[in-house]
Amino acid sequence: MAVLRGDIELAGLTKSYDGVHTVVQGINLKIPDGAYCCFLGPSGCGKTTILRMIAGHEDPTDGEILIGGENVVGLPPVTRGTAMMFQSYALFPHLSVRDNVAFALRIRGLSKADRYRKTDAMLEKVRLSELADRLPAQLSGGQQQRVALARAAITEPRVLLLDEPLSALDEQLRVRMRLELQRMQRDLGITFVHVTHSQLEAIALADMVVVMDRGEIKQAGPARDVYAAPRDRYVAEFLGGQNVFSGRVDAIKDNLVSFAAPQMKHVAVPAGSSRVGKGDIIDVAVRRDDVDLIRPGIDLAPDTSSLASRVLAVEYQGNFVKVMLDATGEDEFVAYVPERVFFRDPYTIGDVVQATWPCHLARLLAKTTSPTA
Amino acid sequence: MSTAPQAVTMADERMTKRAIAPSRGGRPWTFYLLATLFTCYVVALYGPMICIYILSFQDVRGGLVFPMKGLSLHWFVDLFTQVRTGDVKGAFDRSIKLAIVVTVITVVVSFMAAMAFRRRFPGDNIVFALMIGSLVAPGLVLGIGVGLLFNAIGIETSPYASALGAQLSWTLPFGVLVMFAVMSRFNPAWEEAARDLGATAWQTIRLVIIPVLAPGLVAVALFGFTLSYDEFARTLQTAGPQNTLPLEIWSMTLNVTSPSLYALGTVTTIISFLIIGAALGTIVFIQRRRGARAS
Repeated sequence: MAVLRGDIELAGLTKSYDGVHTVVQGINLKIPDGAYCCFLGPSGCGKTTILRMIAGHEDPTDGEILIGGENVVGLPPVTRGTAMMFQSYALFPHLSVRDNVAFALRIRGLSKADRYRKTDAMLEKVRLSELADRLPAQLSGGQQQRVALARAAITEPRVLLLDEPLSALDEQLRVRMRLELQRMQRDLGITFVHVTHSQLEAIALADMVVVMDRGEIKQAGPARDVYAAPRDRYVAEFLGGQNVFSGRVDAIKDNLVSFAAPQMKHVAVPAGSSRVGKGDIIDVAVRRDDVDLIRPGIDLAPDTSSLASRVLAVEYQGNFVKVMLDATGEDEFVAYVPERVFFRDPYTIGDVVQATWPCHLARLLAKTTSPTA
Repeated sequence: MSTAPQAVTMADERMTKRAIAPSRGGRPWTFYLLATLFTCYVVALYGPMICIYILSFQDVRGGLVFPMKGLSLHWFVDLFTQVRTGDVKGAFDRSIKLAIVVTVITVVVSFMAAMAFRRRFPGDNIVFALMIGSLVAPGLVLGIGVGLLFNAIGIETSPYASALGAQLSWTLPFGVLVMFAVMSRFNPAWEEAARDLGATAWQTIRLVIIPVLAPGLVAVALFGFTLSYDEFARTLQTAGPQNTLPLEIWSMTLNVTSPSLYALGTVTTIISFLIIGAALGTIVFIQRRRGARAS
């Protein structure tokens, strides 16, 4: 079935609605065939505009969109081999579930018997057979989403575009539908491009996460890379799970960076391949679950960074305990302590602790001025 | 937030509920006041019409005022047989045909205007103001104006030219305003979805937009029909040599002094009700059919 390739390439893609403000600023990106790609970013960062340009509902101001190697700019949605699932699903309110799903086949001129045979097979796939005669208004949010998915998938697209597909659902359903989307993507074996503002959704689903900010790509890569190795402060903070703080470089010795500020004298960060010099102000990220808390006075292992601090707040999260510290001034500094470890020797608000981590686990972040590489 | 303010609001809610809907038994005095007011309104609205309907069923001795003299269909027969009552049948015929033409044009143009006004275009405010302007203009003056204009150009006034135009100046703004309200509940994503699934612009209109808006279009049709069928002021100077039904009734009030005038009122009311019933029936049918498939 999938003779046509569904790889997408965006080259210098730019969009401006009024000629003054650019919503999408010269995006370059390659999405491999059959990937599950998530565009992640706050509202207004241009991610939906990119999706709509790939779908053909919006024309780019400049740049190219290649699907399966051919430029599709200017082509109508059908000839692109894309199908879109709209944010509010946009199911036709006057048509039954079956007729909604059969709509594209009706447009193609299939006879009633033919299109209902195909439609019923598709409804079987999304487990909606018993609801085929219902109207959209009589379905729950999750059922509506499955109808929307079936209606898009019946066109046998090579790329399925999903605009915030889970935002209309409540929390529990969202987790269930996430699995459903993953299953559908495996079954269909086509490229999924999914737009979301939820980092949980993005890293749970995507093979490839594209983090966006103000029309630019901040980082693109496998979910684990983006989460564990964010390139800069914006990505680290948007994906969460990281402590980010900054400091002025004092010296670089044995490829370890040390800092000028007195409270950071026990912090050392591997310089890696980035070029930093004495006097530069740099951002450092440490994963919150890499931070250990130790009572003051206990000796530290060598090659361990530490920050003296006070406990500001403690939040029980079930499998771990979130301990908020005043370690780095205005930047939030949090340690995720495993539940069993925490309750062996619990801290209370106001306790003085040392936040420590092995030096090699901290990362230098790129300065936010260089968006794409 | 703490739970205390919530508890307070809940208590408040319970108190107000008690004040508005008390336990079974006595209703508040405001209920009786408003019920009386509404009864008076209904009597004032339908009383006069009911008087006419009753008086139309008198026998040959009947007069224009109460008391009722006998009970028969004499004046209905008189209405359609006597020459002196004028050309009721012909006028009725002309009015219905004109109303149908007006209805079709109103529905089509209102639909297209509402589609156009979904987006802003240069001069949209001016177009809208010009359209609404003809609602505000006094009908009689507008009718005289149309008559004068035709006269000046040298075209005879006739039902399907001058009268049609004058009536459209009345039905179109209404139709467009109703379509605006109907269209505001139309989700543009439906159109985009249709396009995404391969539909052409025309297929989108035929398979999505018109079916979704169908109940609203029937409402606009009903509006157009009743406004035209009923129209007097704008038609008076524009209908040409032959009368429409409202004009015929008016001229009858001047020279017919028998209950056949009332019989005419009864007949036209029945027809109006039939048309309204047909329109509502269509809407119910559309919804029932959708519901039936979705049992």
